[in-house]
Amino acid sequence: MTSARQLPKLIGEPIKRREDPRLITGLATYVDDIKLPRMLHMSIVRSTHAHARLRRVDVSRARSAPGVALVLTGAEAKAWGEALPTASEVPEMKAATRYPLSADGVVRFVGEGIAAIVADDRYVARDAAELVDVEYEDLPVVVDARKAMAPGAPILHTDFGTNVCAIMPVGDKDATDAAFREADVTIKQWMVNHRLIPNAMEARGVVANYDPGQETLTVWSSTQVPHLLRTLLSTLVRMPEHKVRVIAPEVGGGFGSKIDVYAEDVLVPLASIHLQRPVKWIEDRTENFLATIHGRDIHAEIELAARRDGRLLGQRIRVVADIGAYQQLLTATIPSLTMLMFPGLYKVPTLYGEVTEVYTNKTPTDAYRGAGRPEATYFIERAMDILARKLGMDPAEVRRVNFIEKDSFPFQTTTGLVYDSGDYEPALDLALEKAGYADLRRRQQEMRSRGRYLGIGLSTYVEICGIGPSAIVPAGGWEGGTVRVERTGKVTVLTGTSPHGQGGETAFAQIVAEEIGVPIEDVTVIHGDTAQVPFGIGTFGSRAIAIGGTAIMMSVGKVKEKAKRFAGHMLEAGPADVVYDQGRLYVQGHADKALTIQEVAWAAWDGRHLPADTEPGLEATSYFEPSNCTFPFGAHVAVVEVDPDTGKVDLQRYISVDDCGKVINPMIVEGQIHGGLAQGIGQALMEEAVYDEDGQLLTGSLMDYNLPKADQLPSFELSRTETPTPVNPLGAKGVGEAGTIGSTPAIVNAVVDALAPFGVEHVDMMLRPEKIWRIMQGGRR
Amino acid sequence: MPKRKVSLTVNGARHELEIEPRLLLVHLLREELMLTGTHIGCDTSQCGACTVIIDGQALKSCTIFGVQADGADVLTIEGLKQGEELAPLQQTFWDEHGLQCGYCTPGMIMSALGLLRDNPNPSEAEIREGLRGNLCRCTGYHNIVKAVQAAASMARR
Repeated sequence: MTSARQLPKLIGEPIKRREDPRLITGLATYVDDIKLPRMLHMSIVRSTHAHARLRRVDVSRARSAPGVALVLTGAEAKAWGEALPTASEVPEMKAATRYPLSADGVVRFVGEGIAAIVADDRYVARDAAELVDVEYEDLPVVVDARKAMAPGAPILHTDFGTNVCAIMPVGDKDATDAAFREADVTIKQWMVNHRLIPNAMEARGVVANYDPGQETLTVWSSTQVPHLLRTLLSTLVRMPEHKVRVIAPEVGGGFGSKIDVYAEDVLVPLASIHLQRPVKWIEDRTENFLATIHGRDIHAEIELAARRDGRLLGQRIRVVADIGAYQQLLTATIPSLTMLMFPGLYKVPTLYGEVTEVYTNKTPTDAYRGAGRPEATYFIERAMDILARKLGMDPAEVRRVNFIEKDSFPFQTTTGLVYDSGDYEPALDLALEKAGYADLRRRQQEMRSRGRYLGIGLSTYVEICGIGPSAIVPAGGWEGGTVRVERTGKVTVLTGTSPHGQGGETAFAQIVAEEIGVPIEDVTVIHGDTAQVPFGIGTFGSRAIAIGGTAIMMSVGKVKEKAKRFAGHMLEAGPADVVYDQGRLYVQGHADKALTIQEVAWAAWDGRHLPADTEPGLEATSYFEPSNCTFPFGAHVAVVEVDPDTGKVDLQRYISVDDCGKVINPMIVEGQIHGGLAQGIGQALMEEAVYDEDGQLLTGSLMDYNLPKADQLPSFELSRTETPTPVNPLGAKGVGEAGTIGSTPAIVNAVVDALAPFGVEHVDMMLRPEKIWRIMQGGRR
Repeated sequence: MPKRKVSLTVNGARHELEIEPRLLLVHLLREELMLTGTHIGCDTSQCGACTVIIDGQALKSCTIFGVQADGADVLTIEGLKQGEELAPLQQTFWDEHGLQCGYCTPGMIMSALGLLRDNPNPSEAEIREGLRGNLCRCTGYHNIVKAVQAAASMARR
């Protein structure tokens, strides 16, 4: 029996964030805020051509400019460091298509680095970059994946001989062909999930400081994966790993774009090692548009086979991924996630699919919020609406009849995933109820009769979070967590995750303070420093709480067990008889003679009165390897009105019901959904990376690329259902990407629904007014 | 490049500096005065992360040369607290979870400050319109709007 709560409940409560006081007062330290004595500044000369041989790179004027300390060309970069790593597992491709630190004779996209200048200050470094004379011999450019696959297309990597870098078949072709033959109805649609630019508000940045006395390298990088970066950097700059320290200071957003290891992560340390001085490089927004990874650009032909009653019989998907000019760290794995998640929340007997990845003269793609799952969800959820229309069914009903039932979990999909838990129908019902679905349909009819076009769009989604078991993550899928009760009873937590806006310092402290039984003020969470945190993987794939939180929970458990041993010894009882109750330890039935965790911690570190076979100290480190990923789900409803005079889509309401399992901090969860929705709505209605035929990025600044602004979004209407995962003891699934994953199909379904009187069956994103206006002009009925 | 003398007041403290005429005000604040709370998020004056109050007006400090701020009275995020007390907008951004990565936050708060000075009782639409010069990639603006509303109602009490 435990006593009534002495300390406030923390887990599940909307605790205000502990990160915020430094962020709202201007006292946080981002990479660009780091200033070291004798620090130099780097600028990068970037290719202005999409595909060209470099006939001459003349750096002589830059080298002799006043204030310039070093100019690093492709030759030095090649001699001093290694080309960028990729997790792709095709060896012949790896060798033939390597991404050099600085262009090695040929440039393959606009923005590729050609030379690095290191100078006294950033203005001087920029001036010197202007003095580098590059003579280009243009090569034919290809910016369209399907054209790049065609015979006779310009080849980017001539040693490799083709632009097609991977073809992966999945599923059962014969069974799927048979399902399509037997179906009452089939649908087929080519869809484009267009290219996006992640645009974390803090662009990338690196500071490196080589200490010649210690022979150590310290690197501050705006990264999501400090430990992984350290391991890779040690190879790339040819220094032993234990001599390299990576620090992710305050990081201003990432959205996947800071999982990668970039050329500047290597060039800045190389310059610092060479010059034996600190060097800083800060990416500007223009560079961020060109030289940081892009997302999506996944195209697919989707086919569904179904019975007359709406039940799905089979799925076909042919994915063509336009990955840009090089493989970055996870580039090759993203399109396969689209394939894996294509079954969605539906029971489909059979599937056949192929993924083809193609090089083009564009910025490399990689993980951007959702990373493969928004594409999968967009494809299947658009297709379900097309099927519903063909069958004359309500979109909600065609989904409902195909949902995996709640007693079918764990559920194995046709793509080999095992969904952990789910209960899809209540989420759909709640979303429809909150939206007032039946009323909206009536209003739609009434408005149409007056020449106004209301659209109601539905999407249901299941996604993959808590990534993930090491078998499926190239870097390892575990996470590390240390809990140390200090001598005075204060608690230090070290996490291998690397929060950059998600509020991990708060959420982890909530868990630890409640479980150990100390005030939250007595807990501090440290992350993002390889010299302080024993080991970790990082923050991506909505994994921090599910995996990082569990590692911390495991350490909490170990610490409490050890505390009980000390308490038992101090109270002259066996550890099995000691009750651990909210930071108080006592022998069963003797709560009046309790020790506090602070007293126990003092004794544990004091070391003079140790229990038998017990080391001093009260600290534990754990590494949690999950048995599976987690599979959150939800249902979204978008309500739009389309203006026939302008084609403008007015997003009037957005209702989301999300189920991310158990929740540690509902305020933070809501914030994650809000931000995710903004990025999905942004993709559907505002954002698009556009290249011209010459490979120039036409949307290369915030003037041309429409990042959602406050007046372009509504307030969101959020609800939750809660289906815990059995995969981890917290029951938490993850929520960082859900909003983005569920929202593009909801918006597009709503717009297509609004345009139904015009005979429109499908419109590809992005839904710019001009596109919609033309459709309405062409098809007005 | 020949340097020019400027003197300006920042967060109540007077500074006399010799700077290159091309030095942007945001760089003056960050590099010369070490006030790194004002951030740089773009190079085309779209993002608003560098917004500060200059002579009572919320302005993007990346669009102004340091020499143009000669004689000006500048307020940055570091000057907002009154003693140990958070300013109302700082408090409400914290209370309403109006920030995540925090990078846009100083500029967002300074813009909201300018907005509330011009219009102490804004509607949701007016807040959204008033903040369209400040980009946030994390929050979807939902809680930023709530934070500004909360600060406005705090001022009314």
